[in-house]
Order: sequence, then structure tokens, then C-alpha cells
Amino acid sequence: MSETKQDDGLISIFVNGTEVRCAPGTNMIDAAAMAGMEIPHYCYHPKLSVSGNCRMCLIELGLPGRDRATGKPLLHDDGSPIISWFPGPAIGCGTKAAPGMHIKTQSDMIKQTREGVMEFLLLNHPLDCPICDQAGECSLQEFSANYGQGYSRFVEEKNVKPKRTVLGPRVTLDDERCILCSRCIRFCSEVAKDDVLGFIDRGSYTTLTCFPGRQLENNYSLNTVDICPVGALTSTDFRFKMRVWFLKSTPRIDLESSVGCNTEVWTREGRIYRITPRRNDEVNDTWMPDSGRILYKAVESEDRLNACRIDGEERPTDEAVAEAGRILGEGSVAIVGSGGSSVEEQFLLRQLGDAIGGAPTHLVSRIGEGDGLLLSRDRNPNIRGALITGLIDELPTEKLDRLGAAIDDGSVQTILAVGEDLGVAGITEDQLKKVRIISIASHESATSRAAAVVLAGLTVFEKSGSYINQQFRLQKSLMALPGPGGAVDDRVLLATLVARRTGERAPATIEAIWEAIGSTITQLSGVSFESIPETGRLIDGTAFDNLPFIEEETLHFQPAVP
Amino acid sequence: MAVTEHRILLKYADEPDYSVDIDCYLEKGGYETLKKALTMKPEDIRVEVKNSGLRGRGGAGFPCGVKWHDLVDRKSGKPIYLICNGDESEPGTFKDRQLIHKDPHQLIEGMMISSFANDVQLAFIYIREEMPLGARILEKAIEEAREKGLLGDNIQGSGYSCDIIVHRGAGAYICGEETGLIESLEGKRAYPRMKPPFFPAALGLYNCPTIVNNVETLCNVVHILKMGAEEYTRIGRPKNAGTRIWCVSGHVRKPGYYEVGAVTMGEMLHDLCGGPLPGRQFKAIVPGGGSMKILRADERFKGKDADGNEIEYGLEDIPLDFDGIMAAGSMSGSGGMMVMDDSVDILEALANLTAFYAHESCGQCTPCREGSLWASKITARMCSGDARPGDLDTLYSMVGNIGGRTVCPMGFSTTWPVQSYIDKFRDEIEERARENRCGMGRDERLIQK
Amino acid sequence: MKLKPETVEIIEKVIPRYPEKRSAVMPLLHRIQEDQGVISNQAIEWVADRLEMAPIRVLEVVTFFPYFRQEKLGKTHVRVCQTLSCALMGAYKVGEELEKALDCKMGTTRADGKVTLEYAECLASCGTGPVVLVDENLYENLKTSELEPLVDEIRKRSEAGEESKERSGD
Repeated sequence: MSETKQDDGLISIFVNGTEVRCAPGTNMIDAAAMAGMEIPHYCYHPKLSVSGNCRMCLIELGLPGRDRATGKPLLHDDGSPIISWFPGPAIGCGTKAAPGMHIKTQSDMIKQTREGVMEFLLLNHPLDCPICDQAGECSLQEFSANYGQGYSRFVEEKNVKPKRTVLGPRVTLDDERCILCSRCIRFCSEVAKDDVLGFIDRGSYTTLTCFPGRQLENNYSLNTVDICPVGALTSTDFRFKMRVWFLKSTPRIDLESSVGCNTEVWTREGRIYRITPRRNDEVNDTWMPDSGRILYKAVESEDRLNACRIDGEERPTDEAVAEAGRILGEGSVAIVGSGGSSVEEQFLLRQLGDAIGGAPTHLVSRIGEGDGLLLSRDRNPNIRGALITGLIDELPTEKLDRLGAAIDDGSVQTILAVGEDLGVAGITEDQLKKVRIISIASHESATSRAAAVVLAGLTVFEKSGSYINQQFRLQKSLMALPGPGGAVDDRVLLATLVARRTGERAPATIEAIWEAIGSTITQLSGVSFESIPETGRLIDGTAFDNLPFIEEETLHFQPAVP
Repeated sequence: MAVTEHRILLKYADEPDYSVDIDCYLEKGGYETLKKALTMKPEDIRVEVKNSGLRGRGGAGFPCGVKWHDLVDRKSGKPIYLICNGDESEPGTFKDRQLIHKDPHQLIEGMMISSFANDVQLAFIYIREEMPLGARILEKAIEEAREKGLLGDNIQGSGYSCDIIVHRGAGAYICGEETGLIESLEGKRAYPRMKPPFFPAALGLYNCPTIVNNVETLCNVVHILKMGAEEYTRIGRPKNAGTRIWCVSGHVRKPGYYEVGAVTMGEMLHDLCGGPLPGRQFKAIVPGGGSMKILRADERFKGKDADGNEIEYGLEDIPLDFDGIMAAGSMSGSGGMMVMDDSVDILEALANLTAFYAHESCGQCTPCREGSLWASKITARMCSGDARPGDLDTLYSMVGNIGGRTVCPMGFSTTWPVQSYIDKFRDEIEERARENRCGMGRDERLIQK
Repeated sequence: MKLKPETVEIIEKVIPRYPEKRSAVMPLLHRIQEDQGVISNQAIEWVADRLEMAPIRVLEVVTFFPYFRQEKLGKTHVRVCQTLSCALMGAYKVGEELEKALDCKMGTTRADGKVTLEYAECLASCGTGPVVLVDENLYENLKTSELEPLVDEIRKRSEAGEESKERSGD
């Protein structure tokens, strides 16, 4: 009978008689979900404004009765409030939780209502399921199976609208399938801030479109595909490639920039088919940039390295590793690490640097334009990982001028390049010739071609690891598919090199690495890889407050005021 | 004694030498009431209108004074707007057309008084596109009033300023729905808003408190203030005060608009409209515009008399006002009465109306968007000679999922006609559907070939 | 797209009257349609730019309202009300007669571009039905046997050299 607010600021509402504690003003769809009860819906989306037009979320609504004259609550004999139920249904998405509110998500009226709405939605819907990409993750399929009447009474002609429209470079539109929920329009307007989609015509002939001559081409266009509840908006890249029920999803992080969008990577039998965003209300809500979704193409690129080499000739892995270990013991070594490496890899690289007697370590900065949404200026996902692990103690530069100078004056004879192409970072072909290079990489580059030893590593998709984003949030990213036969996880390569230099066993598994991290890095003490929550974990970055980080404001991130 | 009109709003409208010029209006004492209003306190005017019992003449019959006095949010600090809903589009209704085209200054005076009473500085007249001459008449009338210091800045030196903008629609019935109108006035598609929270009195035009009133309602305000609320309540019946301009069309000898006090359906149909066409009999009445439930001419109703005894009465006894028609199971709506006689094929009449509502559905929400067009397709098919078993059951039950499940009341515009026509004329419609005839071989076809 | 100077003048006067620019969409579209006869995509972009809206938002409004046209109409626009009251009084017969008399199929513009004949929804003059709206003028109480005056009027307007609409007080 707790109608009043308790100290936690929450109120009680009742869903099918079950008490639910929630914040006042909580949307009923979310409140019911808290109680484990589904209110089916199409147009509602937790990150967009409420539209209230699909009418699928209709529920019964009741409020504690009040005497009309006195305004006093009406009570049963036992003191519990008498609930007066509204005669007609109300939409769940438009109803905000108020103390003592009651809703029914199951009743004869609601069953009838849902059957009615489903029937209307399917009226002009084309029988496209066999050729529609949305099948298997389609709200129309799900809700008609759960709440529909199971048969059609419609014998008229269905409306005809444009199909297979190229809405933009990455999105295909089928207007017949569209149920006019307007999620895509609201997304483009409210989130992507690119008012490019709209409804033309009227009534049942209403059609989604772009203005002639414009396209849906902003860097968030594929989010409309994610939120489209049906197969109206589909990804052109994914079109007809794979049925979704065959796909396995792996939670990962988009390593495109230091925002660290949470993602799902979908695979089947060792191939990636698509990447979609994963919800994280602290980082990226339910969105990610389009540019992050195509990164998986690199996995099958032609210049993958899948064999180790010594002086240009393919060699078995242990031979190559042994040779690399030997070279690292001779002459002065400089290390070029990567802001794209995981925390674990950076930790091992630091250990290796220490083992070689404190090799100077450089990282390569990548700067792009921030879009104020989910792409930051820093295109390295894990500079902060390098800082926390002590791999570096100041922010990297775009060009390795200091290293180049050291090459030129002969103070560096060997370079260990992990996951970076030195050529891109400003080291010239001549300079590359002046030093011996050990390259750990997944793809061929000028560096690997010039390398004395090439150790074939894996792409990020083939490794598990954690990354620290611009918020100093530690997030983990799991292996989605195995790498090619001849390549080895960078962790294993680095651990073996460390072992060769120190003569002791080095941690190679993630668990073992984290034990070592936990005991040496103060900000990460007590953390284990497994304990990192799905939505990540903030760590203390105050030690680096004085560094001039380059990021600007993005969703859920405000740069510190200098 | 045959009943006659009681002309207050239309007193001068049809007189041969009455024109729309301001001089004509002034000659008849026009704008004196505005001048009187400017000496009163706005709140007092609101109370006067509330006491008069004036109910909205646009369709819902909501008490105007209650809207003004109790519902408008005066605490938000946001500007308050007044919108005159001149988008008269409900089939059967044509009263606002008369007021706009024949006595525009009455409307303007009504708007100015209403604006003053509600602290409104900017008012709008949303007029449908199909009345282009009306729009010009209104614009000219506004300029005339401005020239005479009865509108615009510092009206009559009172310090009160208010302007009126005439805003033309472009052919959408849904702009007659107050929130659809507001959306259109904001420059968007006329998609009605969710209520709650978007009650115009709180969150209307530009999310500011907004009063939307019908043309006839606003014209009534002049007369309420002129004669006083008490006198006004004596016209009509209790809780149904004032005159109403009824619009009668269809199969009567004298279709047209009639301003009356308390009359019965029979008095309207016979005394004022001259009864049925020669050789014909009344068959059905749609009392308040196309959306409303139909009544059979031979229908019997149960009610209570003044002493509380149960009585039975017929169509012609129905008091022609809000409560009278509601007691008979329909609504007086916009006051647009459509009369059908025994030459009419009820199914075709239904097909005509469902086609109208399907065409006008804005398409925002699922039930009305899909259901109205479906109802139209079924009825058209049934009229074309291709009716199938189960059509009526499907139609009847399907439309039950529209009304009450939609964003705005337009859902009922499909539900009520379909269900009431089938309820009241089931035998005829079933026979029609069964025999699969095209038309009943009578004179008028009511749908496109 | 070149608008007449009078049109631009009116447009510039209209926009500041509204508290928010976007509200001026419909008045602008009306003026442009009067000026040009149609609302082209170019015009839409012009309006969008002028009112600081995305072009799609203007297109949404143009296509929502049947009165706004993206295809040119005939010189004379004839609309026959087909909603119930007028239908009860014989609107469809009037429509068929006009089709024959004007040699123009209902719902189309005649090949010579002089007349567009179509059915329209309730024109709010049900008591005097059947009614026909010819450009801005309403013709009421029509009977199929007495359509000559209306047909003559339509012919006159569609043959006239200049725009025969009366305009006052703009």
C-alpha cells in the first residue's frame, strides 16, 4: 500500500497487481519491463521523443478513486484504495508513472485491442517474409505471433508503394513494409540532427521518403535500420546475406575513436556479417556511427598476414618469435606501440619495454574531426589504456619526429612496431632501411615489408581485450571469431617475448594478465576481466588531469574544463 | 402554430440591404458590445460567459466558459492565443459559411471580446481553403475594424491591443480537430496531438495556452455580453442555452440553415424545412454531421418525462439540442443534419461517408489510417455487386477496433456511422449484400462508378 | 523560379506577422501556387530556405493538403462536391453531365489544358447542393437539366485571355 515516496525517491505503481518501484514519470512501457512484463510497441523508443501513433501499447489504466465532492481517497473496507479504471484503453508510452497508478497489460479488452491493431498493421503489409531481411528480428512477426488473431479477413487490394528504393549509400527502403511509426524520422531529426526523412501524402497512402535530390547519407544512417521495427529500412550491405537466426552475437567495442561505442558483432561459422550497436546508457545510448560498422571488412582483406616471416621468408611461428627475442637483446631498441591495442597488450608491451632495459616507447596519434555525437577527435580508442598501464606518460604525436631523429643519428638500431605502420607515422623509406624492424601486425604495410621479423597477429575482432575510453571507462570487447591459421594472438606473442627477455614465465592468458595488472597498476587494483560489467567501469583518471586531451563534447561526454 | 426561426446571430445576414461593410454593422449597433467589454474586467467577462452556459458549437459541445475560466493555464507566463476554428468540414454543416460570408464583423467583434476576456494579444482565424471569398471578406473586415480603432494597437484608447491573422487551410478535414489545426498553424502536417498532455488550454499553439473556439460560438459571445447571461439562458432549454444554427440538407423541401431556440426534430423537419419531398417518406436522419450515429425516422426512444415517469417517444419528438439528441443515442455534433428518404440506398450512403473519412484520415495512427480505408473498400465493393458472406460481420467488428483506440476522436467518424447504419438498417443492408444488386434501381447513385 | 514582385512583397509582409517563422509555410505556399500555378521542388527549396526549415518538412506539408499541387492544373478548376448531402441531391449526375458538356473526364485535366474537372469533398454548402466550385466561385442548387449557365461560365473562364479571377484587397 506504499503510495507515498520513500527515501529513495521512487514511487509505487502496480502492473497487473504486482508492485513496481520506479522513479516518478517513468514511462509505463519501461515500468512494466521492470516487472518482467512486456507491453508490445512499435513507435516508442526509450531514446526518442514519444510519438504515440502505433497504438500497439494500449493498456488499461486505473487511478486511486477520489470522492468527487471532498477529494478524499476512496477506500475499501480493508483500507486499500479503490481503483477507478478508465473505460477505454490508454497508451502505455504516453502514460507516466504517478503514485498509486495501476495498469493492466493483460485483460480481455487489451487482448482485443492488440488483435485489432495487429490486424490493421498487417492489412496493407506485403507478404515479404520469405525475402525480407528483418525476418527473425521483426516486431510484426513477433507481436502477431504473440498477440495477433492468427488469420486475415482482408480480401481487398493492398496499397502499392515504392519498393527497393535506394534511400542513401547504405540504406534501402521498402515503403510497403513501412508501418509509419516515424522512429526513423525522429531519430534523424533529434539525434543525428539531419532532418532528411519525412512522410508525404496522407492517410493510408502516407509514404516515407527523402526530399528529391537529398539522400539519407549522414554517418548515422544505419541506426534507422536498427530501430526500424520492420523490414522497411534495411542495410544494403547486409541485404540478402544471412538469415539472422543463424547469427551469433558477440559484445564488443567500436574501436573507431575514443568514444568506445558498445557494439554487437554478428558472426556465423567464423565470418562476420554485420555490426550493430549495443545499448549503453552511459556511453552511446543505442547508437553508433556508420563508419564503425564497416571496420569488420578488414578481417577478410587481401593483405592479411597469416604467416610469420624472417627477412621476408615465411617461417614457423616459434622460430620467428625466437629470432625476434634475440634481436631485441642486441642494440638499442625503441618501441612503437598502438593506441588501438588493448589494455592487456599495452601492459605486456610495457613489461617488454622494461625487460629490455627501459626502451623509449612511442605511440602514434590519430586525429580526426569530432562530430559531437559518437565520433571523437581522438581516433585511437585506447590512449588512456597506454597511460594507465604506464606505457606512455604523455600524449602521443601524429608524426614520430623524435623517433625519426633518433634513427637518423643512430641512437636507435631496432624498432619493435606493434600494430602500427611507421610509414604512416612519418618514418621515411630510407629511415626504415636504417634500422632493424620487428613488426607485429595483422596486415601488410611498408613496415612489415621492411621488417626483419614479421610476427603475424590478429585483428581486434579475433581477440578479446579491454579498452579505456574518453570517459576513463574500462570496457571489454570479446573475441568474435577465430583468426587465420598462421596468425597468433598478440598477447601470446608479447608474453613469449617478455619471457625470452626476462627468462621467467610471463602471463599470456587474460586472467593471468589481469592478476598482474591488479597488483601493479593502482587504478586497476582488484579488477578482473570478468568483473568488468557489460556497461563498463569507470576508473580513476585524475592522475592525468593535466594532460591536454584533444576530445570535444560528444554524447555523454564533456571534456574537462582546463 | 408553426414554429419559426429565432434569429439572433443571423438577424441581419439575409436582409437585402445588409452588406459586409463595417458601416452596415455599426449602423445596427455593432461593436458597442466590444466597447462595453473593454470597460469590464476580463475575468468578469469569463464568468459571464460561464454563467450563460454557452456550449461549443463546433461539435463537442464543451462549455465555453469552463474552458476559458477553469482550464486555460494563466500561470505559465506564456502568451495566450485564441484561434477561431473556421475549418467547417463536417459533412452536412454549412452554418459558419453564412456567418463568415454575411456578417463577418459579428465574428470579429466576438473574437475581440473573447480575446480581451482571455488576455489574448494575437488571434487567428483558420478558414478552410474552399472558402476563398470568405477569407478575403474577413481580411477586408479586419482592416476596416483596424482603421476604426476597433482592432490592433490600443483599441479605443483602452491600452489593450490585439491583432487577428486570417490563415487559410488547404483541404484537410482533420484541421477541424483542434490539435490538428494547431499543428497546421505551426506549419506542420495536421497530425492531432496526444491528449494528455497536449490539451490546447495548457499546451497549444507553440506549446502556449490556446483557446480554440468555433465561429458560431464566438459570435454568440457578442450577444451574451449584450443581453446578459441570465437572459441568454432563457433561450433554448436548460443546459442547452442560446440559439443554434441548424443546417438541414438532403431530402426535405426546404433545405438550408435555420437559427432556432428550443424546437423539436419534427418542428424543424416539417415547420421549417417543409417536410419530405413530394411522394416520399422520411427514412433516416443523421443529426449532427456525417460522423454521428444515424437515427431511423420510425425509431422509438425511451426516456423520462419531467416527473420522472418512463415514456416512449419518436424521432420527431426529440428536442433538437445537445442533450436531446444525446438522449436519443446520437450527438448534435456540428448541427449538420442530413435527411434521407425512402429513395436512399443506405449501404451506398454509408459507402459515401466511409470514403470521405478514409480520404480525410491524416494517417498518423494505425487504426484510423488502415481501418477507415478498409471500411471504405469493403462498402464500395459491396455496392459494386461483389459482396461476400462475412463482409458485414468483418466490417462491423473491425470498426469497433478504431473508435476510442486512436489519437483523436476521428476514429469514431468511421466507427459510429458503420455500426449505427448496420444496427439500425441491418435487414436492408443484409438483403442488399445478399442479393448483390448494384444500387436499388432508384434515382440517385451515391458513390462514384 | 521567378516570383512576381507583388508576390514577394506579400510574402515578406506575411512572414513577420507570425510568432514563429515556420507558421508562414501555408500562406507562402498559397501565394506561390497563385503566382506559378504549381509548387515546384525548386519553390519548396526556396520556401524551406526562407523559413529555415528542411525541404522535406515543406514537402510533407505540400503533399498532405490536396489543394497544394505539384502538377499544373487546367486554366479553370472545376470541383464537384460528392459528399453525402450533395450526392443525395444528385451530385453524381451533375458530374456526369459536366463530363459530357466539357468533354473532360472526371479527375483529369483536359488535353488542351483549359479545364480540370474533379470531384471534391464536402464544400460546406450542403443546404444548396449539388454545388460546384469553379475557381473561387460557388455555384449552388444545380440541376442536371439546368446546367447551361454553369457550363457557359466555365467555358468563358477557360477561354479568357487573362486570369479571370477577381482579386481584391490583397
